[in-house]
Amino acid sequence: MLSIASLKIGQRAVIKDFSVDVVPLKLLEMGCLPGNEVTLLQEAPFKDPLYLTINGSHLAIRKEMACKIEIELING
Amino acid sequence: MAKQINVALIGNPNTGKSSVFNILTGLNQKVGNYPGITVEKKQGTCQLERNLKAHIIDLPGTYSLNASSLDENVVIELLLNKKDKDYPDVAVVIADIENLKRNLLLFTQIKDLGIPTILAINMADRMKRKAISLNIKELEKKLGTKIVLLSSRKKTGIETLKSLISNYNSLSLTPCINSSKIAPEYFERLQKTFPNQDLYKLWLVVTQDVNFGKLNRKKINGIQPFQTESITNLKRLQQKETIARYQFINDTLKETLSIDSKNAKDLRSRFDKILTHKFWGYVIFFSILLLIFQAIFDWSTYPMDFIDNSFTLLSEWLKINLPPGVFSNLITEGIIPGLGGIVIFIPQIAFLFLFISILEESGYMSRVVFLMDRIMRRFGLSGKSVVPLVSGTACAIPAIMATRNIENWKERLITILVTPFITCAARLPVYLIIISLVIPEGRVLGIISLQGLTLLILYGLGFAAAIIAAYTLDKYLHVKSKSFFVIEMPNYKLPLLKNVGITVLEKTKSFVFGAGKIILAISIILWVMGSYGPGDFNQAEEIVLQQTEQQNLSQEELAIKLSSFKLENSYIGIVGKFIEPAVRPLGYDWKIGIALISSFAAREVFIGTLATMYSVGNDEVETIKERMAAEINPSNGAPLFNLASGISLLLFYAFAMQCMSTLAIVKRETNSWKWPLWQLLSMTALAYIVALAAYQILK
Repeated sequence: MLSIASLKIGQRAVIKDFSVDVVPLKLLEMGCLPGNEVTLLQEAPFKDPLYLTINGSHLAIRKEMACKIEIELING
Repeated sequence: MAKQINVALIGNPNTGKSSVFNILTGLNQKVGNYPGITVEKKQGTCQLERNLKAHIIDLPGTYSLNASSLDENVVIELLLNKKDKDYPDVAVVIADIENLKRNLLLFTQIKDLGIPTILAINMADRMKRKAISLNIKELEKKLGTKIVLLSSRKKTGIETLKSLISNYNSLSLTPCINSSKIAPEYFERLQKTFPNQDLYKLWLVVTQDVNFGKLNRKKINGIQPFQTESITNLKRLQQKETIARYQFINDTLKETLSIDSKNAKDLRSRFDKILTHKFWGYVIFFSILLLIFQAIFDWSTYPMDFIDNSFTLLSEWLKINLPPGVFSNLITEGIIPGLGGIVIFIPQIAFLFLFISILEESGYMSRVVFLMDRIMRRFGLSGKSVVPLVSGTACAIPAIMATRNIENWKERLITILVTPFITCAARLPVYLIIISLVIPEGRVLGIISLQGLTLLILYGLGFAAAIIAAYTLDKYLHVKSKSFFVIEMPNYKLPLLKNVGITVLEKTKSFVFGAGKIILAISIILWVMGSYGPGDFNQAEEIVLQQTEQQNLSQEELAIKLSSFKLENSYIGIVGKFIEPAVRPLGYDWKIGIALISSFAAREVFIGTLATMYSVGNDEVETIKERMAAEINPSNGAPLFNLASGISLLLFYAFAMQCMSTLAIVKRETNSWKWPLWQLLSMTALAYIVALAAYQILK
């Protein structure tokens, strides 16, 4: 399964699921929900943290968390 | 009589909420604290109509009503407590047009509390450039509210907002989401237990402590906390609530909002390409830091010299024009020199707050957090620690308060513990005066001034100490915490002059008054202790005359002997002599010892203290620096402030934890005396050892 951490800059994907028991509420509140679209905008050195746009919101999360958000790529 | 209504401004961070507040209230605002906590409380008034005034509260920015920090908690405490005198008659939710989706989450939560709620969509001036169109009528209908398009930059929509506020009674109170749908079974039980209460309010009361458990909250409206579910289950329910709300929002906006992304002009991504670049991003950040330091050390010297001279002149003028007496002495020898010590560094503080508020307002600070997170994490800190560490160069107090948005408790605690190592503005006057006394004026390689270089080294030293301490703490501190990090990357904005101006004014004012009170109190105490004494002090004249009978001294020499005898036998002299053995190995005399001790109230007291002590009984009015340069070490006859003792003092101030207010803030933010005491002891021990070593090697 692909995760946000495996995105390349500019790639778009749809969030499928989380591989953690309890997802931090703040992440959900920022719009990081299954079904929403995510794009990787920029990455800091060592691909950590990642600068994303999710559901229209711009935010940065650490690689650690990004690994736990499963996605499906959008073609084209 | 004019009627007054309570209005609460609520919104996500970075929506321009404070700009709207500033436009509505102008300078009719005051910034204080919520009782018992250090969250800033901003309130002001605004004339809505001829007979209607609004009392406006600018609540801390929050993404939802599920509080996870002290600041966010303030919002929910107020909205849940109908008896609070500030309980809003109407809430204005400020949203940003570009983040409408996310902003509506908070809106629906507040609307569902049954408070009349207006939706103010800010930054509407960007709609055209971003090719956004919005069906307002339809959106108003779906959300059951009134909507106003605002631009705090272009100042449009403000009058409409005012008239909507005035007519708050006509707003619909129907909730957006039927809360019992979130978890029908659970809400049914809630309803049964508390039949007369609003369900959504109950739910918020129950879940408030789930994320934010550290607060001793009073029972709200006599409701007993009801918690038959495990914390994990409650968290799951909160997630369900968030998902349900987003479903509602996505459905609503699908029909009312459209963004033509092909025609949108995207300045953000172009800026981001450079500012978050793997190489240039860092170059730009460090250049900005250099610019800030240049402003503080170079540009602010002119107003500072002016202030120093003005205070000397004022003191001189008062000495001539006030009627002689104890009270006049207190003013000219105690209060004026003491206050001069703080007023002098207003320019530097103002510069620092100016830069920090520009960096925050423009949206650049988030990029710095993004760039620095990985590096900071190696030292047990977070990218978000950059903001406190940079603000720490102004003052540790706002810096420690700025750690609140660090989610991870261990990272936050380490940041709080090491921030006082960063060279704050209060150390600056101490550094500047000692450097000018003991470091020669020459230049290295013909360009870099030795004095400037010393100052730079001291700043570097403070930063290095903070980083090393953080690294050590990370290794040895065992604190349980969940690691999680998320930061919003707001769009770039040109900072509004008015916002920046108000921030600089407010911060500088509260800093100066806060420190001013302590300094005033201490200079009065010191003056009294220096002007009175037991035993020998009261027979000073006879004793000095006896001692000097054979020496044939001139009137002037006699006066100097007398005043130094008096000072040594005053209360302050007795205390000073008592502690002298502890400070002599560091190269200080007892007067510096006293200044050092009084500095534990606040560092900047140092100069004021020396100024007060040197001017007690001294009729000559000189600048503080001249008085200090003239001091002689009685044991060897050399100037008291020489290279060895000067460096030792500089190092002591670099490392010691000398600030009562910081300790108080640390106590509040960590909710225990353990950490501030630990800071006080370990930092001061380090300072003593380093200063001792430096003096013994250099002397």
